[in-house]
Amino acid sequence: MKEIKVLGSGCKNCETTAKLIQLAAEQAGVEIALEKVTDMAEIMAYGVMSTPGVVVDGKVVHAGGLPGPDEIRKWVTE
Amino acid sequence: MFEVLANLIVYGLLELRPGSDLADALHFFVMDTAKIFALLVIIIYTMGLLRALLSPERVREYVRGKPKWLARTLAIVLGALTPFCSCSSVPLFIGFVEAGIPLGVTFSFLIASPMINEVAAVILVGILGWELAALYVVAGLTVAYVGGVVMERFRPERWVEAYVWKIQMGRLQLPEPDNSLRGRHRFAVAEVKEIVRRIWKWVIAGIAVGALFHGYVPEAWISEYLAGDDWYSVPAAVLLGIPLYSNATGVIPVAEAMLGKGVAIGTTLALMMSIAALSLPEMLILRKVIRWPALALYASVLGVAFTAVGWLFNAFA
Repeated sequence: MKEIKVLGSGCKNCETTAKLIQLAAEQAGVEIALEKVTDMAEIMAYGVMSTPGVVVDGKVVHAGGLPGPDEIRKWVTE
Repeated sequence: MFEVLANLIVYGLLELRPGSDLADALHFFVMDTAKIFALLVIIIYTMGLLRALLSPERVREYVRGKPKWLARTLAIVLGALTPFCSCSSVPLFIGFVEAGIPLGVTFSFLIASPMINEVAAVILVGILGWELAALYVVAGLTVAYVGGVVMERFRPERWVEAYVWKIQMGRLQLPEPDNSLRGRHRFAVAEVKEIVRRIWKWVIAGIAVGALFHGYVPEAWISEYLAGDDWYSVPAAVLLGIPLYSNATGVIPVAEAMLGKGVAIGTTLALMMSIAALSLPEMLILRKVIRWPALALYASVLGVAFTAVGWLFNAFA
């Protein structure tokens, strides 16, 4: 199962990003473990300074701003 | 072009009589909305195409380890060009501290970033003319530079929350950005959507306030309270700007209407800067990394700087 983490201290874009990922996973019929990381030390440990950041299976794939729908689909399916 | 459009809608379609308060306000609203949103889309798209993907992460790499004057200059220029959401200011602050970037330089970045950006600058040129735009940008850059230097004198390190120093940052390896023309186009379109979605409310609100001001606030009221060259009108404008918060772009129509009613240029600049850069919500976000004395200092330094800018321009304009 894919492990996806959304990094962000709870701002609106972070919430939206998490929702979009959940939705994309459901549409693709893929089961994912989605986790929201709000602890600042943990976020910084990934080297991310602009939130929301997205981590797929331990690798940062996105930092700053809402990700596009194509990007999200790729994370969930590939 | 926009004038024709506004004439058509207000006097033609709605059959309002030119010269009435309502018609004046509506005319201003329609014209500014069309103009600002057209400019917004064009400028954000163009910047999206050109920008070699500036991000706070990259700014940090450019700035770290440079001599202080160079670090500060870079931080301010890049701060003006790098869009970042104010909810990112905490990780940004920590990231800069972790890279060993002096606090004063970080403050310079935090001051420059909300106050000046390329979108606001282009709209300023479009609405108020390039002279005023240049004044605003130069004054903003100067305030950011000097503000950071002054902050440093007070040794703000003692007010940084202890946990900030302990955070260890990982190394970020983002996938290489797609630099083909199609990739750039996609990025630019995404930027337009993202930025317009983030600021359209501020812009509309700004235009609406500007329109009300334009149509309904009588000049007599202005000249009594704001337009006078009394020394206190500038600090009053700065104070007025603290509880008001808007995006730098949203402030422009308000400034346009004020200038049109004869408010002095320095007073207007001071209000614009205060609204864009001195905001309670952002202060409260920064409270997570620095304690109250540092926040109070930050607000005072900016307040004094904006007042100085206002007086200076009022004296020479």
